[in-house]
Amino acid sequence: MIMRTLSVKRLLVALLAAPLAALALHGGAQASEAGYRLDPAPIDPNDQVSLQSGVRTFVNYCLNCHGAQFMRYNRLQDIGLTDQQIKDKLLFTADKVGETMKIAMTTADGKAWFGVAPPDLTVIARARGADWLYTYLRTFYRDPKTPSGWNNAVFPNVGMPHALWTLQGERALKIEKVKDKAGHAHVEYHWSQLSKGEQSAIEYDRTVRDLVNFLVYLGEPAAESRKRIGVIVLFVLGILFVFAYVLKREFWKDVH
Amino acid sequence: MSTRLMALWEWFDSRMPSVAQEYKKHLAEYYAPKNFNFWYYFGSLALFVLVIQIVSGIWLTMSYKPDATLAFGSVEYIMRDVSGGWIIRYIHSTGASAFFLVVYLHMFRGMLYGSYKAPRELIWIFGVLIYLCLMGEAFFGYLLPWGQMSYWGAQVIVNLFASVPFIGPDLAVWIRGDYVVSDATLNRFFALHVIALPLALLGLVVVHLLALHDVGSNNPDGVEIKKLKGSDGKPLDGIPFHPYYTVKDIVGVVVFLAIFCVILFFAPEMGGYFLEYNNFVPADPLVTPAHIAPVWYFTPYYSILRAIPPLFHSQFPGVLAMGLAVMVLFFLPWLDRSPVKSIRYRGPYYKIALGVFVVTFLVLGYLGTEPTTVWGQFGFDAFFLDTKEIATWVARLGTLLYFLFFILMPWYTARDSVKPVPERVTS
Repeated sequence: MIMRTLSVKRLLVALLAAPLAALALHGGAQASEAGYRLDPAPIDPNDQVSLQSGVRTFVNYCLNCHGAQFMRYNRLQDIGLTDQQIKDKLLFTADKVGETMKIAMTTADGKAWFGVAPPDLTVIARARGADWLYTYLRTFYRDPKTPSGWNNAVFPNVGMPHALWTLQGERALKIEKVKDKAGHAHVEYHWSQLSKGEQSAIEYDRTVRDLVNFLVYLGEPAAESRKRIGVIVLFVLGILFVFAYVLKREFWKDVH
Repeated sequence: MSTRLMALWEWFDSRMPSVAQEYKKHLAEYYAPKNFNFWYYFGSLALFVLVIQIVSGIWLTMSYKPDATLAFGSVEYIMRDVSGGWIIRYIHSTGASAFFLVVYLHMFRGMLYGSYKAPRELIWIFGVLIYLCLMGEAFFGYLLPWGQMSYWGAQVIVNLFASVPFIGPDLAVWIRGDYVVSDATLNRFFALHVIALPLALLGLVVVHLLALHDVGSNNPDGVEIKKLKGSDGKPLDGIPFHPYYTVKDIVGVVVFLAIFCVILFFAPEMGGYFLEYNNFVPADPLVTPAHIAPVWYFTPYYSILRAIPPLFHSQFPGVLAMGLAVMVLFFLPWLDRSPVKSIRYRGPYYKIALGVFVVTFLVLGYLGTEPTTVWGQFGFDAFFLDTKEIATWVARLGTLLYFLFFILMPWYTARDSVKPVPERVTS
């Protein structure tokens, strides 16, 4: 009987372990659909300085074509900003801090100008993932064949031009298909700098990291309080378990 | 109890004695076998999750808008601007997956211990109807967030009905209320999700429990405890459901809640399995996602659907196979010819068959979450290979094994060796 219970438990552990293993695989290094290897985004949701720097970049560089129409400005109190700071530094497209981060550009105009309307960015980090965004925003290159003159290694033939090009400068990319000794074909990417930007490569990576950090926050503003509440809930359930278990044992004493 | 409360109760009881009678019949004097093990938690847990879904669902409808232009935004409104909204939404989305997990384990328990066998066939049939209702509930509910996966998932499933010969296309239009999945579809799916199916579900749960309490619960030994009664007329191996199993099930509920809350608070997307990443992109009828996958609980059947090759350019054979894969469950009580109920006293044939069935179900489930190209292609060619995708062939083998488990059941259960079943339950 004990043997049987053990094997049932082992089976259940195996059943639970399988999806977890699949999750772990999902968390590993991934490649974009285009095959370009994604860099892990070194983001930190508790780094308020980074989040504030990210929202500055977001409002100055993204929030002209992209909206974040489900996010209210005053929610930015989450990342340590006061209403006055939001009003003074971030309100370019709205009058009141209670408004959502909408833009003036219409979908129809966006479609006419870029081929596709720039998507709303409120939950873009939840759809794309931080690593994808972090790599995407760092892999634009000059390409005379596209209408905008820009192309991207992660998202080939993307409609969006390089909005941060003054910071990163212009770069070129040579994609080479090579075969290794065993005859396996793979793709090599050769980057070169065409013109200098305002930021060094390291500074630019930081800027993008902060921006992606903010986009991840934007995707789920409640994420940090969710984890905090979760710890308390589990603690309470732990205590409840002790009481429930003792109660059960007390009642079951007389079952033979 | 104070005398005043007692007086109030007596006043009530003399006018409506059925409350006390039903309480005795279903809780205080419902005798359940004393040897329930781990697998017997999932029945009460399923009821618990049903309550969770109904309550969280009521609160979601207070802020959700079933309108194609507003639905996606209203979900984000719940996630951001409604106080505690994100918690309610995650309870409901995690609860959907938890419901299926618990129900699958509950059904597996029935297969382990032969709980569907006579005299419990009706309980099993009501249970399969509950499972069907649950599938409908999940399907209709998944359209409501109006993301890309909502939209294209609904499109794919409704198109399955379009493959039915002769009436298919009209049937699909009748279901959608439009020529494509649209605002009309969203509205009617909302109505079905929040009113029609929950009512059916509740009714079925009631008859499931009534049927159970009429014949009594099975147990891990498959022994009928009503056969041996003491001088007081109570089953020797039975104990009153309340308080013994209520206090035991409370422990189960707390453990379940702990696992539930770990997901809810620390991994609500569950790596894309509970909330798919693509569903954070608003529905766009003009952009088809490269890879459309249903949520994990439908994937074994989705695998079966994809595994069957089309006939005369019609997907109907696959649709038929998928439908049969669910419907065959109804016949389980009559397919099983074994003289014993519990796996403890069955022979190697059934044990092997059930083991293969479980592995098959899991492999089909996994394959359904991935594109058919996931395992690459065969390195050779042959005249019978209509496709060289390894995963498709594995899914075909899985489909075959899935159906063989049921089709061959009368044969292997009748010929299986069995061990003698004890008179009383073992502890």
